[in-house]
Formats: sequence, C-alpha cells, structure tokens
Amino acid sequence: MSPLLDVSGLTKRYGGLTANADIVFDVNEGEIVGIIGPNGAGKSTLFDLITGFQQPDAGCVLLDGRDITGLRPDRISRLGVARTFQKLKPFLDLTVTENVIVGALAHTSDMKTARDRALESLAFVNLLEKRNNFARELSTGQRKRLELARGLAMSPRLILMDEVTGGVDQRSIAGLIALVLELKQRGLTIVMIEHNMQVIMRLADRILALHAGRPIAFGAPEQVRSEPAVVDAYLGTVTDAA
Amino acid sequence: MSGSRTDMLKTARAEPLWPRPPLWVSALGAAALALLIAYPFIFTTSFSQHLMILILLYALMAQSWNVVAGLSGQISLGQAIFFGIGAYSSTVLFAKYGVTPWVGLMVGMLLSALAAVAIGVPTLRLRGHYFAIATLLIGSSVQIVFQRWDWVGAASGLYVPIERASPWFYLQFHTSKVPYYYLALGAAAGGYLAVWKLRRSRLGFRLQALRDEPDGAASLGIAIARHKVLAFMISAAMMSVAGTFYAQYVLVLDPERLFSAEISIIVLLMTVLGGSGTLWGPALGAAILVPLSEYSRIWFGGTGRTIDLILYGILILLVCMWRPSGILSLLEERIRRRTEMP
Repeated sequence: MSPLLDVSGLTKRYGGLTANADIVFDVNEGEIVGIIGPNGAGKSTLFDLITGFQQPDAGCVLLDGRDITGLRPDRISRLGVARTFQKLKPFLDLTVTENVIVGALAHTSDMKTARDRALESLAFVNLLEKRNNFARELSTGQRKRLELARGLAMSPRLILMDEVTGGVDQRSIAGLIALVLELKQRGLTIVMIEHNMQVIMRLADRILALHAGRPIAFGAPEQVRSEPAVVDAYLGTVTDAA
Repeated sequence: MSGSRTDMLKTARAEPLWPRPPLWVSALGAAALALLIAYPFIFTTSFSQHLMILILLYALMAQSWNVVAGLSGQISLGQAIFFGIGAYSSTVLFAKYGVTPWVGLMVGMLLSALAAVAIGVPTLRLRGHYFAIATLLIGSSVQIVFQRWDWVGAASGLYVPIERASPWFYLQFHTSKVPYYYLALGAAAGGYLAVWKLRRSRLGFRLQALRDEPDGAASLGIAIARHKVLAFMISAAMMSVAGTFYAQYVLVLDPERLFSAEISIIVLLMTVLGGSGTLWGPALGAAILVPLSEYSRIWFGGTGRTIDLILYGILILLVCMWRPSGILSLLEERIRRRTEMP
C-alpha cells in the first residue's frame, strides 16, 4: 500500500539559512506520525511546505500518489488536508460556532447542515459551552481546540497539528491525548508536531526527529529516542541553555 | 462522548440557526419600516422628500462599500468609479440609442462588475494597503478619462433628455418627487435584502473568515483572491445601481461630481460611523451624515461645503474614541452573542 503522504527531498532556504534540508518521510493511512526537534529545527516550516503556505526550493510532496508540491494552500486543503497553526489564526470577530461553520462549509452550502456539523465538531473537542462566545474571548488552550474543531469540521483525510498541547495546562493534556486517539480510531491520518516527549511517545506510531532543519532520525518511538543523534540534539540544547 | 456532552449537543442543535433580535429591536424595525413607507405622505415638502431620497441612495452606496470593506476587509477608495459607470451607462444608452434606463441599470451593473474584475484581479492578490492606493489612483484616472472623452460630453458632461411620456418606462417624473422616493426606497431595500442574505450564506461566511485571518481561511479551502474579487464585484454592482438612479433623479451628469474622490470617501465615513461590517451601520451613517451635509449647506450657504467636512471629522473622532467599531456594532454583537440587552 502506498503511503497517504510521501515527502521526499524537501528543502527550503532563506538566504544563507537552510530551514529544511532534504527531508524524507512518509505517513501511512490511519497512522500517527510525530515530528520532534528543538526550537528552530524547522518543524513549522515543514508544515508550511506540505500545506502550500510556503514554496519549497527542492523536493516533492505526494498526497495519495498525487504531486501536490507548490499548490495553493486552499487547493491542498480541498484535497482533504487540514492543519492547525502554531501561531493560532482564529477568526476573531466571528463566534466560536461561526468559526467552525466556515470549516464545515467546505462540503456543503446549506447553513443548517454546516451549523450542525460545526456543533458536533465543537462537542468533540469539548468546546460546546463556548459556542456563542466570540473567538477573541477564548484562552490560548481554547483557541487551540477551536482551530482543531474548525479543521475537523471539513472532514479531512489528513490533519497536521502544530503543538496542540503547547501552552495548555497539564490537566487538559490527558483529554487531548484521548481526543487524538479517538480521531485515529475514526480512521483519520495525523501528523503532529509535539514538544511534550511523554505525549508523543504515547501517541505516535513513528517519529521524525529534526535538528537544524535536517532529519536525524525516523522510525518507531523507542528507536528514535535511543538514537545517538537525537540524544545529542536534545542534550546539546540543554547544554547550550545552561 | 459523555452523557452531559450529548445533552448539550442536543440543546445546541435545538437553538435557532440565526439568533433572534430582542423584541424591542424588532418593534423598532417594524416602526421604522412603516415610517419609511408612509414618509412622503407625512412629509410633503419637496425638501424633506429630497433629503430622504438622498439618505436612501447614500445608504445603498455606503452598504456597497461595506460589502467590500466591512465583509471582506479590503479598503476601496474608488467606489465613485462604479457610481459614475452606473450614471453614464443608463444615460448614454438612453440619450444616444433611446434605450430605457431599466436596461441601462442592468448594463451599468454588468459594466461595473467587469470593471471591478479588471481592477481587482491584479490588485486584490496583494496584501496590505495596495488595494486602497490602487483604487484611489484608478478612481482619479477614470475621472480624467471621462472629463476628456468627447463621445460622452467630456468635461461638460451629459444631460438626460427630457421625456414626459411613460414616466415609469423612462424613469423620469417631472411633477412629483414621490415616485423617485419609492424608487430610492426600493433600490435601498433591495440592496439591504441582498446583503442580509449574503451575510447568512456560505460566501458571506467565507468573506468574513478571510477578512479576519487570510491564512486560516486558506487552510479551510477558501480561494482568497477569487473571493475578494467576488466581493468587489458585488460591491461595484450595488454602487452602480445608485449611480443610475441618481442620474435619473438629477438628470445632469457632471464627471467632476460623479467620479469625485469625495463620494468614495463619504461612503467610507458613513459606514465607519454607523458600524463597518454590520448590516444597518451604513444606513445609520447615511441618516446622520446626509442631513448634516444638507443642513450645513442651508445654514452656512456656499461655505457650508467645508463646514460639513469639519463636522464629519469631529463625529469620526468621537466614534474612534468612544466605539471604534461604529455606533451599531454593540447591538449586533449582543444579538450574535445571544444575550439580552440590559
């Protein structure tokens, strides 16, 4: 079976800085792939390259065997790829329900259908009680769940989640883990950037580790964790900070 | 999913799709509508009818700016282009070919929408203030073209030929302002109804999404540039309708006035004052600024033209300090939040 997402040789340079260098990984249908790496490793850039928000200098992205490299973000989205942003992008002047309706409108133009789909999505991320608030009134953690609900409402095949547990209080993390596992059970394919090692070890089927824009390991979680290059990258950051 | 969450989902689904305004708002709306319909029989002087005709036309023009700026977030400073196209389309067709202004109205809408595509396609893909600058400059260029274009009367403009037979066919009424009043009311009502529908449609939601956060909108499959151009086309067609009716009302086309930057700016001021992005804000803004302008012209004579701009300035300052999102935004927000007014 060919992978749902197949990334090869993906490279992005900003002048002399290489944000992504020759990145290769693949994601099978129904799988959770985690992306880890210290700050500045190029994780969010990789998401931008896959979803069309930035153009790669080299390499290619295949979705279900189809070349989507360099397509416009909205076209990639319409092929069934949802994403959340590290720097959150809620529609601040719309209510929570209205935000998610915009996602649900991807497949229907009937407002009642879209509203009901949006409410289901909000119930799923446990944000229903805020449905009539404006997005600008939500906390960071709530905004993250809102963005997730918005993406889920368009019934994607693949979702790219950028640090859903970042900035979220410890108590909510167990709920988020359960949520991701339920999505997987429903057959959704997930790529997630995650800083919390415990969370990613628990959730991911495979992990891609990046360091300074380069892939340093890709494989099963235990295997990646014991990889000397990964240990170096993480310990190296700690030493730098000390 | 837990039981309480299922219950809450049931409650949420049972809520009406669109929040109902509080009773006093509906009552006020009904009273306003009744007053508008009866207005020419209550206020029988030519001036009071003239004033209301202008308010209604400007309410339509301000709403047209509200569609492109309030809904899709693109600041147009060239709305006068479409006002002029609307006026010239019907007048040229009637004066040169005897075509009824009703057809001219539709031709004007079509030409304005096409002009919006021609202006919007290259400029609306740029982010930032390029669109505002481009529309401002294209607006003055179009004015100069019409002032030099002999076929349409160049700087001296055109007259709508007087036609006393079949007034509803030729859209000319020489004995009374009342038919003009109802035409203006009909045009404004049609425009507001269309925008009311638009705001509740998929397109309306998508425009508001890309206004707030273009990247977020693109990540949900919305083609940003195409939607901005669509909003601009709708806005242009609305403005054109006001242009045609205005031409039939004054019967004189002066490119200096029709394509003036003042018209482009005044529709912006009205909308910002009343509440940009709200449905009724543009109408409220027109209802405040048109009388202000007309009365200052009466009280201060010819010099009133500058006085009204000073008053506009003061009003805008007050709104910026007190409520930057406009007078009406508070009310609409409360309705969408589904809470009662205090």
